[in-house]
Amino acid sequence: MSDDIFITEDTIEPTGGGLLEGRTLAVKDNISTAGVRTTCGSKMLESYVPPYDATVVDRVRDAGATIVGKANMDEFGMGTTTETSFFGPTDNPAAPGHVPGGSSGGSAAAVAAGEADLALGSDTGGSIRCPASFCGVVGIKPTYGLVSRYGLVAYANSLEQIGPLASSVEDAATLLDVIAGPDERDGTTQEPPHDDVGSYRDAATGDVDGLTIGIPTELLDGAEAGVVETFWAAIDTLESQGASTQEVSLPSLEHAVEAYYVIAMSEASSNLARFDGVRYGQSGGYDGNWNEAFAEARAEGFGDEVKRRILLGTYALSAGYHDKYYKKAQDARAWVTQDFDTAFDDVDVLASPTMPVTPFELGEGLEDPLTLYLADANTVPINLANLPAISVPAGTADGLPVGMQLVGPAFGEHEIIRAASALE
Amino acid sequence: MSDDAVTPETVRHIAGLARVDLADDEVDRFSEQFADILDAFESLDAVPDVDADVELTNVMRADAVSPGLDTDAALENAPDHEDDYFKGPNVS
Repeated sequence: MSDDIFITEDTIEPTGGGLLEGRTLAVKDNISTAGVRTTCGSKMLESYVPPYDATVVDRVRDAGATIVGKANMDEFGMGTTTETSFFGPTDNPAAPGHVPGGSSGGSAAAVAAGEADLALGSDTGGSIRCPASFCGVVGIKPTYGLVSRYGLVAYANSLEQIGPLASSVEDAATLLDVIAGPDERDGTTQEPPHDDVGSYRDAATGDVDGLTIGIPTELLDGAEAGVVETFWAAIDTLESQGASTQEVSLPSLEHAVEAYYVIAMSEASSNLARFDGVRYGQSGGYDGNWNEAFAEARAEGFGDEVKRRILLGTYALSAGYHDKYYKKAQDARAWVTQDFDTAFDDVDVLASPTMPVTPFELGEGLEDPLTLYLADANTVPINLANLPAISVPAGTADGLPVGMQLVGPAFGEHEIIRAASALE
Repeated sequence: MSDDAVTPETVRHIAGLARVDLADDEVDRFSEQFADILDAFESLDAVPDVDADVELTNVMRADAVSPGLDTDAALENAPDHEDDYFKGPNVS
């Protein structure tokens, strides 16, 4: 089982002691570990060994964690199933024969299989929450700017965050305590605006008495019947503990998936331009001119989904199409942000199924990229709005795991951790 | 399907801009897939113009020299190098 969870199994010892003493941890393979190869699930970086540690790696080792391996992932984070990995797919320990979700599928599977107590993933459009949901574990996508991305191999900078996965809300919150906070090496990090609210771990009280939960109708419309049924049963559980719920409408969400993919692909086309086979990665040789050599390196090093996103991003940014696609996507992003702001005037948190579907069977969806993109409908709006969200197990549908997503206002991690802990 | 269907020539042109060589079967497959995906992106036409409320703050640091990667570490992952330089293909 462990063979397909990790791309590289290696032990990286702790450098200190603290909140994570004695805990084992899996690290997604797009987070740099000095001296241990970091492939991003790509042939391009099959033998790349970072000369430095990511800030989050420094912090977990300082806090006493032992890293046990680099977890499998969709190539460069581009996927919803972990099947686009050059190193092959990962089975779902909670639903054998099914995908673990993605792109942080190895991280979620490591926790679900007990191969690690905790895991780090990254979330650009749902890549922590989707696999948490599919593998029946907890995953947190922090507010944009809460966790340093120094040492994370970039895919779409304006959207992505590193975050924790664990088998309980309290453990995920503890890992967030360790990795959160400003870093001079990532200029997008900031101190949370309220520093008098205690640790994230202490927020996992299970107390939802008086909490108001908004349920965006747009995020239930496209979901499978079994998922919706499980979702409402979990909402009943929260109501029985004193929470109140109300339906809310965020009309902008109808455009979120399209806006997300235009922005993410555009940023990817620019970010991945660095892979030319000269400073690191698959070489294109030295014959012919540099454009030919670079195009050869990238043809050999990148898989289908990565090529698809680089090309579509290049198209969306090209002369004559920028205003039609990229500018409209930025308008949609601003609209989504405004809709969430308005919703949080009336409610404390928002709830939805994390994924509108239960885990796909292995191999089921790869041929049809658009169908897979649409499965991200409930997770991508949160990245567009820079908000925090947690996925917590809500139950099962047809024996397969279903996750509930709880979304908070910016830097509202405490509220969503408190609400999620009431479901355990 | 959108009016301006994606032709194999378009895919080849974009692949050239992106510096990605494509095999003929990749060009055919991407042409079909891109038509569907770009058709979905058409729905963004219905999005109104929105002014983003941007609350951005500049983060400044002192303009001071601090240690970075040393040359050996920076060259460690290069497929090839000469002396202290990365080796690349011909510029033209």
